[in-house]
Amino acid sequence: MAAEAKTKYDRDFLTSVYKEMAFGRRFEERVNQAYQKGKFAGFCHLHIGQEAVCVGVQRALRPTDYMISGYRSHTQAISKGMDPKSVLSELFGKVDGCVRGKGGSMHMFSKEYRFLGGHGIVGGQTPIAAGVGFAIKYDKKDDIIVCYLGDGACNQGQFFEALNMAATWNLPVLYIIENNQYGMGTDFRRVTSVDRLSKRALAFDIDNSEVDGMDFLKVYEHVGPIVAKMRKKPKPYLLEVHTYRYRGHSVSDPAAYRTKDEVAQFQARDPIATLGEYLKKSKVASEEDLKTWDKEIKDRLTEIEAFADASPKPALSELWDNVFAD
Amino acid sequence: MALIQFREAIAQAMAEEMARDDRVFLLGEEVAQYNGAYKASKGLLDQFGASRVWDSPISEAGFAGLGVGAAMVGLRPIIEMMTWNFGIQGFDQIVNHAAKMCYMSGGQFNVPIVFRGPNGAAHMLGSQHSQSFDAMLTNVPGMKVISPSTPYDTKGLLKSAIRDNNPVIFLESEMMYGLKGEVPEGEYLIPIGVGDIKRAGEHVTIIAWNKMLHVAMAAAEQLVSIGVSAEVLDPRTLQPLDEELIFSSVRKTHRLVIVDEGWDFAATSAQISDRVQRECFDDLDAPVVRVNSLFVPMPYAEDLEHAVLPTAERVVEAVKEVLYVG
Amino acid sequence: MALVIEMPKLSDTMEEGGIANWLKKEGEKIGEGEPLVEIETDKATQEYESPEEGVLLKILVQPGKAVALRTPIAIIGAAGEKFDLAALTGGGTKTAATTPAAAPTTSAVPPKPTAKPVGAPFGTPVGAPFGAVTVTSAQAAPVGVGRVKASPLARKVAAELGVDVSQISGSGPAGRVVLRDIEHRSGSGAAAAQSALVQPGVAGAASTTIPVTMMRKTIAKRLLAAKNDAPHFYLTISADVTKLEAWRQQLNGAAAKAAKAGVAATKVSLNDVVILAASRALKVHPEVNSSWQGDTILQHAEAHVAIAVALPEGLVTPVIRRADALGLRDIAASVRDLAGKAKDGKLSNDAYAGGTFTISNLGMFGIEEFTAIINPPQAAILAVGAALPTPWVDEHGALVVQQRMKMTLSCDHRVVDGATGAKFLQTLVSYLEEPMQMLV
Repeated sequence: MAAEAKTKYDRDFLTSVYKEMAFGRRFEERVNQAYQKGKFAGFCHLHIGQEAVCVGVQRALRPTDYMISGYRSHTQAISKGMDPKSVLSELFGKVDGCVRGKGGSMHMFSKEYRFLGGHGIVGGQTPIAAGVGFAIKYDKKDDIIVCYLGDGACNQGQFFEALNMAATWNLPVLYIIENNQYGMGTDFRRVTSVDRLSKRALAFDIDNSEVDGMDFLKVYEHVGPIVAKMRKKPKPYLLEVHTYRYRGHSVSDPAAYRTKDEVAQFQARDPIATLGEYLKKSKVASEEDLKTWDKEIKDRLTEIEAFADASPKPALSELWDNVFAD
Repeated sequence: MALIQFREAIAQAMAEEMARDDRVFLLGEEVAQYNGAYKASKGLLDQFGASRVWDSPISEAGFAGLGVGAAMVGLRPIIEMMTWNFGIQGFDQIVNHAAKMCYMSGGQFNVPIVFRGPNGAAHMLGSQHSQSFDAMLTNVPGMKVISPSTPYDTKGLLKSAIRDNNPVIFLESEMMYGLKGEVPEGEYLIPIGVGDIKRAGEHVTIIAWNKMLHVAMAAAEQLVSIGVSAEVLDPRTLQPLDEELIFSSVRKTHRLVIVDEGWDFAATSAQISDRVQRECFDDLDAPVVRVNSLFVPMPYAEDLEHAVLPTAERVVEAVKEVLYVG
Repeated sequence: MALVIEMPKLSDTMEEGGIANWLKKEGEKIGEGEPLVEIETDKATQEYESPEEGVLLKILVQPGKAVALRTPIAIIGAAGEKFDLAALTGGGTKTAATTPAAAPTTSAVPPKPTAKPVGAPFGTPVGAPFGAVTVTSAQAAPVGVGRVKASPLARKVAAELGVDVSQISGSGPAGRVVLRDIEHRSGSGAAAAQSALVQPGVAGAASTTIPVTMMRKTIAKRLLAAKNDAPHFYLTISADVTKLEAWRQQLNGAAAKAAKAGVAATKVSLNDVVILAASRALKVHPEVNSSWQGDTILQHAEAHVAIAVALPEGLVTPVIRRADALGLRDIAASVRDLAGKAKDGKLSNDAYAGGTFTISNLGMFGIEEFTAIINPPQAAILAVGAALPTPWVDEHGALVVQQRMKMTLSCDHRVVDGATGAKFLQTLVSYLEEPMQMLV
């Protein structure tokens, strides 16, 4: 379309962001359907509703930055650069999975893209992130590590130990709390002494702030300066992102602890719809464009799913691989 | 040959490896300015400076995880646990993260880390400061476990542990830090997974490690007076076990006594016993007899503690049992 | 395009689902993501949302019914669309027993690449312990009825030697047959007979290979060391034991009379007297009752006299502790006791420990004299020969016949010099020839 874009952002940038978030959404929905069809089993924690966070943060990073997360991390891995084929194949437990079927949903790893998992122990990734920050500083680099954690993990002891060391030693770790309001089924306010999780930073004199996680632009504009500052002067940062997961904690969770009204309220602020409205208003894309992109995404996902279906299962001999490095 | 203390063997091994490879660093409570709670890191801060030798907060879970993260991205941490009684605060990071990282990341992220510290009872320290953890630690795939008994073995094995590209647990002993022994002047390494016949003999094999090795040697001396020639075998590495050495010794002597400081239930000695009965069944003239600590939390009073721990007298009785004498 | 809605897996442990309630009627429109049906899982009742927008064309499973996962439950499509149900659903519902392939397709666990192959649990050709044996003798040894307890090693060695382990008396706990029982079996009658009968494949063989027992290995090692380390020299002397023998017969006669009267009294042998005399002589000559310590020589305060006891499997030397303080009958009783226990294999280790001097007597075999090897860390050993009627020239120059007994003292020259040893022997002989001297 020839209409001039009324936005300070580059239209290609916005388009790619929209497509990435929409892809993340459709990917997770496809994953959900695949689970319900019995294509894989075990745990599966969907990121639906939280797309603005991973995409917004990722756009502030560069390829040499590291990322580590908990177990709700399929879209984070994809945003970091990992091929969705390798993520879906891993979910299906296939050889073309990013860790050849050894990890599953909670253990996506990529050395190439510096995505350090994918961890199943709540809060366990937080001191590991401090260790990566330690190594970055040891080598005097200006990379950073983003460490995602949830509202539930904010009460795990290891997190406090990690914050203390990161603050004492000025490690370049950006701790991002995706506060989607609930641990598993527990509203975080019932089990947390503070009402704002950013306050966790106060005990350690760590710089902190909060941002609305349902809006890509807000996240992106908020995180950029934080990261830039951290590169110049390494020290940790704690960012609380207010977000929401539309689905239960995992695919097994019917989420009876929330009201439909509450879900609806957040859905009304859906990040993809919000950005879509912005694109339309700024004349970057039309409704038809959005529909076309959606179809392209769905077609692409069909192809990705077929790839994962066709990928072979690992041979039994692989059972013994990689227990130790050489 | 130089005559040095066990603690000096540790310090020398660490210093040599830190001089050789700038990726190696030491972190733990009191390791830097205090020169180590047991002086095992004496002189290292002076030699290498604060960027290589780090005093940590009392956060075993936190700094074990920090070590894991640093190792995942290319550093080679030595993490000291002041004693392994405290080290179990870090069990999550050691067992769930360090040991499993290479496997669950499909070989992408190995963890070249050493967790070291004193293990087992000292003298009248009470139940929370006296436990031996080798049974728990050898029971996890993905880690190596070393438990030496002499300065010579300690220095050679700690160097190998630091150079190993996998998590290695290194179990020392407060009671042995002052033990003197000869070490060669030049550099030497001892391979992980290779045991040592500390005393050749014919009538019975006694397997013992760490400070129990010295109990076994004392028992062997006592046994001379009744005409029994005991072979004392020190496995040195517990995971993996030098099974071939053990089997060849038992096939020669036909009798096995194992001296193990740990409680008997599911102990490392239970594993050895099972392997021997499986592979050397036809060579055994008697059942395998184990001498373990009595199955109680360690009491404080001196005589009670003495009664709990294996002694040379109990080993002699066990040997008599398998020889059907007295 | 009509879409089949299958019973979805809504929880990780769900295996079948029940239709609780349809939220739309047939013919009603439904949007993408709109709740279509309430499904009962193993954990809760959950809403299931339609993956597509369209019209609910057909409900296939009614409320209240439970079906396996992936069973078709509804059809969604365009309004008024025609569809071939059979073609779409592939015909028939799945039974509740079949669940989609979440379980591994194979149950075999691959062996670890470096693991040893698992050996055959039975029928290993080591040699069945009961295999080649024919029990010919009715008077078999009183063992072996039912299950035989034997150590795996004993069984293996028995099989190698063609011995029936059930015929061996076991010395281990609960009568377990252990290695030494196989090795010592040549001393036990019936078992020996059996083993002579059952030697498969050795007919015509001239030599026998005997495995070296632990005891023999120990003997070999110790005595080799003694011979190597201690510079031996030998002193021989003989004693006129005519008077002694007469006295001894008297003692034993009295003992026999007492026994008939119901009073226990030990008989004494000539060797018992030698032990008595030697122990007293050692007190007079402590230099002979000593041990080489390298930088020092330890002179023992008491005489713990070891006596050599011959067993079929080798020589053992149990110790009579504080022999110098024991009377003759006590010495005799002690010797009986120790020898008996040694033969039964029931000696404790303390019985062998702490000897300061050894006496070995081969007189019962007619040996006139011999030299013995010192038992380290002792400094001497006395070898006693038979007491024989011997032509002798007495102090008057007359030819007489005396009961004479030769004794040879082996000395460790590091500790004992010739003169010292000689003086000891002189004292010893004087006690034997004039026993009353021991009383003063």
